Amino acid sequence: MPSFIRDPKDFWSGVIFIFFGLAAVIIGRDYAMGSAGRMGPAYFPTILGSLLAVLGVISVIRSTIRTGEAIEKFAIKEAFYVLLAVVLFGVLVRGAGLFIATVVLVMLSGFASSKFKWKPFLAVAVGLGIFSSVVFVKGLGLPMPIIGPWLGF
Amino acid sequence: MEIFSNLALGFDTALTLSNLFYCLIGVFLGTAVGVLPGLGPIATIAMLLPATFSLPPISSLIMLAGIYYGAQYGGSTTAILVNLPGESSSVVTALDGYKMARNGEAGKALAIAAIGSFFAGTVATFLLALFAPPLAEIALKFGPAEYFSLMVMGLVASVVLAHGSLLRAIGMVILGLLMGLVGTDVNSGVPRYTFDLPELADGINFVVVAMGMFGLGEILVNLENEETRSMLSKKIGRLMPTMDDLKRTAAPILRGTALGSILGILPGGGAMLSSFAAYSIEKKISKNSAQFGKGAIEGVAAPESANNAGAQTSFIPMLTLGIPSNPVMALMIGAMIIQGIQPGPAVMTEQPMLFWGIIASMWIGNLFLVILNLPMIGLWVRMIMVPYHYLFPGILVFCAIGVFSLNNTEFSVYMMALFGVFGYICTKIGAEPAPMMLGFIIGPMMEEYLRRSLLLSRSDPMVFLQRPISATMLILSVIAMAVVLLPSLRKKREEAFVE
Repeated sequence: MPSFIRDPKDFWSGVIFIFFGLAAVIIGRDYAMGSAGRMGPAYFPTILGSLLAVLGVISVIRSTIRTGEAIEKFAIKEAFYVLLAVVLFGVLVRGAGLFIATVVLVMLSGFASSKFKWKPFLAVAVGLGIFSSVVFVKGLGLPMPIIGPWLGF
Repeated sequence: MEIFSNLALGFDTALTLSNLFYCLIGVFLGTAVGVLPGLGPIATIAMLLPATFSLPPISSLIMLAGIYYGAQYGGSTTAILVNLPGESSSVVTALDGYKMARNGEAGKALAIAAIGSFFAGTVATFLLALFAPPLAEIALKFGPAEYFSLMVMGLVASVVLAHGSLLRAIGMVILGLLMGLVGTDVNSGVPRYTFDLPELADGINFVVVAMGMFGLGEILVNLENEETRSMLSKKIGRLMPTMDDLKRTAAPILRGTALGSILGILPGGGAMLSSFAAYSIEKKISKNSAQFGKGAIEGVAAPESANNAGAQTSFIPMLTLGIPSNPVMALMIGAMIIQGIQPGPAVMTEQPMLFWGIIASMWIGNLFLVILNLPMIGLWVRMIMVPYHYLFPGILVFCAIGVFSLNNTEFSVYMMALFGVFGYICTKIGAEPAPMMLGFIIGPMMEEYLRRSLLLSRSDPMVFLQRPISATMLILSVIAMAVVLLPSLRKKREEAFVE
């Protein structure tokens, strides 16, 4: 972290605001602006985006003046497992079916926990897999396969 | 009296077997959510929303409302028994409630919390029935300019009352407004910010945002330091409070109810702010203030009454004006829109059964909650002990299946993951996700009202200041902003939240 940033929280939130604010304004240039009386699709987002970018700039400037608390460490490993698990659920649910997708989601996200143990987590995973297959597919009739076509059924 | 015939209609609706059933399910789930670690009412309501789409609107809203106020009861149980507030609104209850439990008075604390909550719930239900109709009547006269200013005021108030950095809260509101605009523009039919993805043509689904930011985001925060809950080995003790306890807590319950009812109506208010304010006021004025923090029964009674009152009166702006005062109400509004009901003052006249049914169900739900919480305390005590590491994979499964079923597409699941990361980052850098959720729901409505006002006024922006109601609301917003920005008051605000 460069030394001129005295308030990292202000600095990074400012950066995020500038990013989204500018994105809204720049992408919005593709749409018609219209006038105040007849607003085009770009009008309101352009106002909001500019406001957001200005707020972001203020935030970044303030972060070099006022000292604030540091940002706590990110739990990168935990976040990685949880997100990978969720994304894999999306990849698997159609092809491999809900049961497999659920088991994979539970096991993989389980790695994120410091209390992970193979046996009990596998039991929870299979239990949840059966539960969600019965409740969501059989009971509520959600259109997703329990065992998907990838497995040759 | 019209209010009685209205309430009679409400009870008629709420007392049908199926609505009673959904009310019971709602408060049961709410209590469970309050008791279980690391699962809040926002994430739960978002998780259950897809399942309610097939229900009739009344039943689904009765159930969702039950989850919210039920969580206030459940949150106090964990606060008292394990010193870990299940809900943020029960943080202050833990201060004295847990001390009481350690002194062997857990039963008494639980009973007073339930009695206080029930009393507050009853009063708040009545207030809702009393004040909602006149408010809706005024709101029916609102033009687009008034609505726009009302939304500005609502968002400003939610920012002012949010804790943490003001600048970041404003930024998050605007970011939310912007994200709400993604999708096809209603007026021109032009797809905006969709990156040519057909999945984004209808906009980002609010369930995806809520589950990502609050469901996934919270899980990631919780996984950082996994707590082990240790249960108090002491007996819960007798549940029935003595006459003396009731006498001591009568005034705190009344004060808590009054304060909670008022703060609940304010945008950005609701349960959490109410309980914090009630505790600090009670601590100042109570005769027993020396006991506070050491197991004062007043310190349990006041905030518990306040959070329940606040949870219920926060429905007033939602039901009468169609304006959410907190993220839970934002989700309720989203649920109404999906059910084909346009939230706003017309709901009361066009859908009286729905309107009064929800109000009446709240009182019934509160009655259920007392029964659920006191005699069945043993069940919840066991639920408190569910270890988080077995719970969060389950939450993930429900979230994933829930968002997938919205449109039967994997895309929603990926979007949820994306919002999960974003929510986690935001929490880390001290930018609250709650104001963003409000902005997200209000965004499209706000644009529409701005468009209409300026169309009607022939692009004259002075219209917002020429109409008295609109001008008043804007001036109030400016004053609220100015007050918070004044350095001396700013310190006080920070102190108030630290307490």
